Amino acid sequence: MAPSLKKVEGLTYEAAFKELEGIVAALEAEGNPLDESLSLYERGQALAVHCAALLEKAELKVRQLGADGLSDFEGQA
Amino acid sequence: MLQPSLFEIPRLSVTEFTRRVRRLLEGDPALGDVWVRAEISNFSRPSSGHLYFTLKDPGASLRCVMWRSDALRVRGLDLQDGLSVEVHGKITVYEPSGQYQLVVDTLRPAGAGALFAEFMRLKAMLEAEGLFDIERKREIGNFPRVIGIVTSPTGAALQDMLNVLRRRLPLAQVILAPAPVQGAEAPAALVQALKRLNDQAQPDLILLARGGGSIEDLWAFNDERVVRAVVASRAPVISGVGHETDFTLVDFAADLRAPTPTAAAELATPLTILDLAGALRSDRQRLDDLLNRQIDQERARLESINMELRFYSPARRLQTEAQRLDDLTHRAARALTHSLALETAGLRSLSRRLEALSPLAVLRRGYAVVTRPDGGIIQAASQAPVGAELHVRLAQGALKVKVNQSNMEET
Repeated sequence: MAPSLKKVEGLTYEAAFKELEGIVAALEAEGNPLDESLSLYERGQALAVHCAALLEKAELKVRQLGADGLSDFEGQA
Repeated sequence: MLQPSLFEIPRLSVTEFTRRVRRLLEGDPALGDVWVRAEISNFSRPSSGHLYFTLKDPGASLRCVMWRSDALRVRGLDLQDGLSVEVHGKITVYEPSGQYQLVVDTLRPAGAGALFAEFMRLKAMLEAEGLFDIERKREIGNFPRVIGIVTSPTGAALQDMLNVLRRRLPLAQVILAPAPVQGAEAPAALVQALKRLNDQAQPDLILLARGGGSIEDLWAFNDERVVRAVVASRAPVISGVGHETDFTLVDFAADLRAPTPTAAAELATPLTILDLAGALRSDRQRLDDLLNRQIDQERARLESINMELRFYSPARRLQTEAQRLDDLTHRAARALTHSLALETAGLRSLSRRLEALSPLAVLRRGYAVVTRPDGGIIQAASQAPVGAELHVRLAQGALKVKVNQSNMEET
């Protein structure tokens, strides 16, 4: 794993899920020392929990792009 | 003028007459596949769903019927008296009333034919330029993060798309670039909205959509400028214009054509939140399985190392040594017993031989040992002067004697 691990809480769903898949692949490759596998696993669990939470609270965000830039879109039913 | 023969007997019944007229009219190819342009009057739509109306121009009128199945395909038109239309159909005769009528299979607003010709001209031109080539079509990703939408902010199409996106992929962000979708200003506004989205929002894809309408309503989506803006878009474009049966030039230019706005939103989100949740679940399961497998492997490895360790452990060494020691002791004991027996036998013969050599045995044969008082053995007469006291050892007991005479030569 790269030393520059980002905080799980700050990751987008896409980034977190991608990293989770990378961790699964790394564990699948075998040959990791057990302590490394354990920290991979812990990181993976944290990512999975984060992803699940993002799915849980996901709410479609709609903004409007007009001539004067982005603004909240109010016309939602 | 020909005078009728008064004596002629009537040859045709009304039915036969009408049938003959019918054959005549329906046999005319020019009346069997014809476009007619006029105004609608006497329009009626009974509960059967068939349409009845009369087409009129200043000089004549023509009764028309449109069967329900064909009438269902007429959309976006407010059919009523006074509406100018173009209809296509064939002549028939309705025998019970002896009336001929046009059976209409296609009905469109007047001028639509000209529009269609223009549509075909533009389509051929843009097609020749390669703008509709299949190789130009870009892949639509599985998981868009930012979805651009170009449509009217007040139309039902927008709400339809937002509902689909909210349900299927609420993780996504939507950026709406509003634009009128019909009218003279629509093409320029649609072009501007597409450009703005590409320049300022970098969406993963763009939905370009509007709900159903008449061919004129949808006409902005056949505008050459809009078609070129779709081709120029950096983000892939999914078009969803009108209904299933409506095809616009934008549909040909888009990377993916959806039959409706709702379908466009569905095509934009091949993976739904349910798919994502499922993939997440299986990844978590996989994570658990992999770690458990490794722990099992490590445990097995530990077990086998442990066994090896026990094999080489000092305790085991000691046991082995103790056993070897036992073994040696045993062997030594056996060897010792054996040699003792040998020794015993040897000793017996030795002592017999020793006994044979013992001076006592000599004494028993009648010899005596003569010694001086200091213990020195007397072997010659010269060693014992007359008067010397000597000690004589016999087989049984000893004597003290005094030398009376000495004869030195005698042996």
